[in-house]
Amino acid sequence: MLSCKQASQLLSQSMDSKLSSRQLVALRLHLMLCSMCRRFGRQVIGIQSVLRRFRRQIEQDETITLPAEARQRIARALES
Amino acid sequence: MRKLICNAWNARRSPHDASHDSMTAAVHNHQHAWLLEHGDYLYRYALARLRDPHLAEDVVQETLMAAMQNDTYAGKSAPRTWLTGILKHKIIDLMRRQMREQPLEGDFPTEPGMDEFFADDDGHWVDKPQFWTAPEDELEQKQFLAVLQQCMDCLPAKLAQIFLMRDVHETSNEEICKELDITTTNAWVMLYRARMGLRKCLELNWLGK
Repeated sequence: MLSCKQASQLLSQSMDSKLSSRQLVALRLHLMLCSMCRRFGRQVIGIQSVLRRFRRQIEQDETITLPAEARQRIARALES
Repeated sequence: MRKLICNAWNARRSPHDASHDSMTAAVHNHQHAWLLEHGDYLYRYALARLRDPHLAEDVVQETLMAAMQNDTYAGKSAPRTWLTGILKHKIIDLMRRQMREQPLEGDFPTEPGMDEFFADDDGHWVDKPQFWTAPEDELEQKQFLAVLQQCMDCLPAKLAQIFLMRDVHETSNEEICKELDITTTNAWVMLYRARMGLRKCLELNWLGK
């Protein structure tokens, strides 16, 4: 049985890399039994989701344009 | 840093770029065509990651200059894809430079100690995660992001950078390790510490129900 320390580490690791099937089974078992680690997981994944959503909102917002001065400056730089 | 997020939001409401039409006359070559066609897109891509309008402008300029100077565009991919690839690396370069300028991690007294969260003997939570939820609507999101930005400022700068690269930019773990010249385990540990610290900071400063 994983400790909460190990489970939270594995959970974080699972956000970055694929866990081995043994790790995955151990983590899932722990999460089934531990509401604190489930809460931890929801929160860290929630932080990630909000940040990524905000990033995409800016990327897709066509009212955001390269400011005119910057555009002119870049055009001059490209010519020189 | 809080100002930077506000800047990003203000930029959403900036008036449409009036110089667009006058620029059309200046199109002599495809570099200018790239600026015209992809300038706004590249700017948004950079702003979404750097959140600082001036840094975003600079990195777009560097990208187009680099594209012009080593014109390796082979026409195999769409110009936008190719330019975005260059921009992505310019952003990583910038973050790496910022990381190098920062003092070593140990110099930061504010780094949350991981040991305080768990019991020494059985590794169970001592500092139990308290209930809060991340927001879903846009107004709440804005407030949440402001608190989160302040929390990121409290993290050791290197942790904040790697956290940005991974959880915000969605850079792959392999790429982060390659770019920052660290091991996979190192990256896992740093990201874990960053997430632990931010989660705790939000617990203290965000009252989301």
